[in-house]
Amino acid sequence: MTTTSTPTPTARAAAATADYLDQRTGIGVAVKTFARKIFPDHWSFLLGEIALYSFVTLLISGVFLTMFFVPSMAETTYHGPWASLNGVEMSQAFSSTLRLSFEVRGGLLMRQVHHWAALIFMASIVTHMMRVFFTGAFRKPRELNWVVGFTLMILGLLAGFSGYSLPDDVLSGNGLRITDGVVKAIPIIGSYMSYFIFGGEFPGNDLIPRLFTVHILLVPALILALIGLHLLFVVLHKHTQYPGSGRSDKNVVGFPLFPIYVAKAGGYFFVVFGVIALMAATMTINPVWNYGPYDPSPVSAGAQPDWYMLFLEGSLRLMPGQAEVMLGQYTLSLNVIIPAMIVPGVLFTLLAAYPFIEAFATGDNREHHVLDRPRNRPFRTAFGVSLLVAFFILVLAGSNDLIATHFHLSINDITWVFRFLLFLGPWAAFVITKRICLGLQRKDRELVLHGHETGRIVRFASGEYIEVHKPLDAHERWLRVQHDAVRPVEIEPAEDSRGVRRKGYRTDRLRQRISQVFYEDRVEPVTPSELEAAHHAHGGHDEIGSHDHGHEPAQVGGGQHLVEPDGETGPDARNH
Amino acid sequence: MKALAARRHDRRAPVVLLLLALLLTGGLYAVLAPTSAKAESSVASADDVKAGEKLFQANCATCHGPSAAGTASAPSLIGVGAAAVDFQVGTGRMPMQMNGPQAQVKPAQFDDEQISQLAAFVASLGAGPAIPTDDQVDPSKGDPATGMALFRTNCAMCHNAVGAGGALSRGKFAPNLWETSPRHLYEAMLTGPQSMPVFNDANITSEEKRDIIAFIDEQGNVSPGGLDLGSIGPVSEGLWAWVVGLGLLIGAAVWIGAKSS
Repeated sequence: MTTTSTPTPTARAAAATADYLDQRTGIGVAVKTFARKIFPDHWSFLLGEIALYSFVTLLISGVFLTMFFVPSMAETTYHGPWASLNGVEMSQAFSSTLRLSFEVRGGLLMRQVHHWAALIFMASIVTHMMRVFFTGAFRKPRELNWVVGFTLMILGLLAGFSGYSLPDDVLSGNGLRITDGVVKAIPIIGSYMSYFIFGGEFPGNDLIPRLFTVHILLVPALILALIGLHLLFVVLHKHTQYPGSGRSDKNVVGFPLFPIYVAKAGGYFFVVFGVIALMAATMTINPVWNYGPYDPSPVSAGAQPDWYMLFLEGSLRLMPGQAEVMLGQYTLSLNVIIPAMIVPGVLFTLLAAYPFIEAFATGDNREHHVLDRPRNRPFRTAFGVSLLVAFFILVLAGSNDLIATHFHLSINDITWVFRFLLFLGPWAAFVITKRICLGLQRKDRELVLHGHETGRIVRFASGEYIEVHKPLDAHERWLRVQHDAVRPVEIEPAEDSRGVRRKGYRTDRLRQRISQVFYEDRVEPVTPSELEAAHHAHGGHDEIGSHDHGHEPAQVGGGQHLVEPDGETGPDARNH
Repeated sequence: MKALAARRHDRRAPVVLLLLALLLTGGLYAVLAPTSAKAESSVASADDVKAGEKLFQANCATCHGPSAAGTASAPSLIGVGAAAVDFQVGTGRMPMQMNGPQAQVKPAQFDDEQISQLAAFVASLGAGPAIPTDDQVDPSKGDPATGMALFRTNCAMCHNAVGAGGALSRGKFAPNLWETSPRHLYEAMLTGPQSMPVFNDANITSEEKRDIIAFIDEQGNVSPGGLDLGSIGPVSEGLWAWVVGLGLLIGAAVWIGAKSS
């Protein structure tokens, strides 16, 4: 607006409005600060935005649905265009869902937008969480924000489950029946809890109105509040950035919020909304008219929950039924307690507590704003992959009947294979991932020390052949040497010089043990002196010693040669 | 014509020609292909029984025994009735192509006349359920809403809520029902082939069977919400949410992220 000396009437009006607001709210300061706030650029930083935008989509479409949905379990008889249900008795919840789908203009589209957005919401949360986990973005000062994000995921599960059950169809009713069974399996208070939740014997007449309140008021309000906190933390902590030359824990390299990210993020909202709308317009989701109104007796083949609950279904399907124990006249349903409470309990606790476990093992109190490359933290990466593998095996086990029909396999064999894989798969994934990480780190070391292979073979006068290696430029090298070498913590001895037992020794020893599990196997980044040594070795035949620790001897090839960096790609020309 | 001649060497011409050729072949096939004659046997003559016996001795006796009393590898056919033969042979399940968890559907090996002769022979061995009349299996005369209620109480636990099929133990499965003819559906309910239970007329009456057929007839044709993704429930929905939804969104994110650097 400063380019023209005479502002247009629109600009004048805008300026006047802004001034009016600023004089009364002081908003100018906030706008200025935010507009100049710098964010680093990377596609993986948009994963959380998918979650945010699909949540906005959920709110918009959800408001539409509440206009027509009747949250009541009162009996009614359906008369409408869907012939297979004409004249069938059902609850008002189900019949209003049918009316919404077949008679309200745009109703089916909105229902499908809502449901696809829910699946995308959970999928993007999980993907975002994976990004944060594998890059170590949860380290100090962001541990609390990890917990907020974790709570958001749990609330997402709750929102999904409560909404999925609202139409009162057979399929979601089967899910509720399983929930009822799980609640009843809780020792001592189980049956009381079940009566408390369902307002009497399952299914009762209270559940749909109760779920409705949970789904449209309680959970969304909590999610909104926690999203606010989540984003507030992002602003307070500043955004993390990927490692690279010029980036440190003390700066943020990127673009200002205005106009770059206002445009990118604003545009991305429409992309997310557009993709969800496209899916809703072309692909059926949750066709409740196929399942029919809820009735406790029928269960159809292929009865599964939405994907984010499928791991629980899988866990239940894998559990052998013989685990039920009789204690006198009381039944302890371990066949339900283990798969439905202990398995998800273990998975979720490990996930939520991981930042704290890692901080304890690392004994590190510094702030981290530069992300890790996953290969540089082999234990963490391998641990994350093995959690994902366990989750994925449970998801597949939840779909065992569909795998059986689609791949012409025996469902019994599939189930047995998954029972073993649940224990062997994560272990194998851990070992393999860790090996790959260490291998990639060794590759990095070799690149830094010896440079890129050029394929140029040179013969000396003496008859000796060598391949010429091209040294890395400063940016390439920095990326491969910038990270800290994390070693197992060293602790003070159990007794001081006068033989008095030291307080806190036991904790320290625990820390040392865990730390060894985390960091014993490692490949350290190339140090300046090693690099110097490699440079001096040029032309000679001496092996370049790599200082390796723990069980892992690095396989840096000996007898390779470096050529002197030529002037233009001088390693230090660009970075200093 | 002149415009066409001028564009004769367009590089898209081969593709267009190929499409036209495919259309022509398909069209000719549709016109000339033999249409399956309607089963028209109501009264079986003695000749039919005789011809049927010949067919039986040549094609079925190896497993079911020369007198159709069954062997160690195949059940007795005395008293299974004409309906069982019409279903098993008419859907190609019998003669069985290979051993396996269950007999697979394949193109029928006999024509309608031979099937009716075989059925007449097996029916002559002992009283059993007869082939239903066209009126008994007419989906337009059934009530799909009653059919829905019956289907989900009696059939859906194996065949899925809308008959898309489902898994049974040890590699056996309940097949998809959308391509099965109304007569074969009726016969399957009446005779209980392979792992399927028998639903005789005391269990589900003849009219109720027609209602179920009417319900199945409604499925697989109309999908108000768009592509039905196989009608197999939330697993395929979740798969497509990840593949299509997250696939497109991550693609867009990479594109947006790449624009600056």
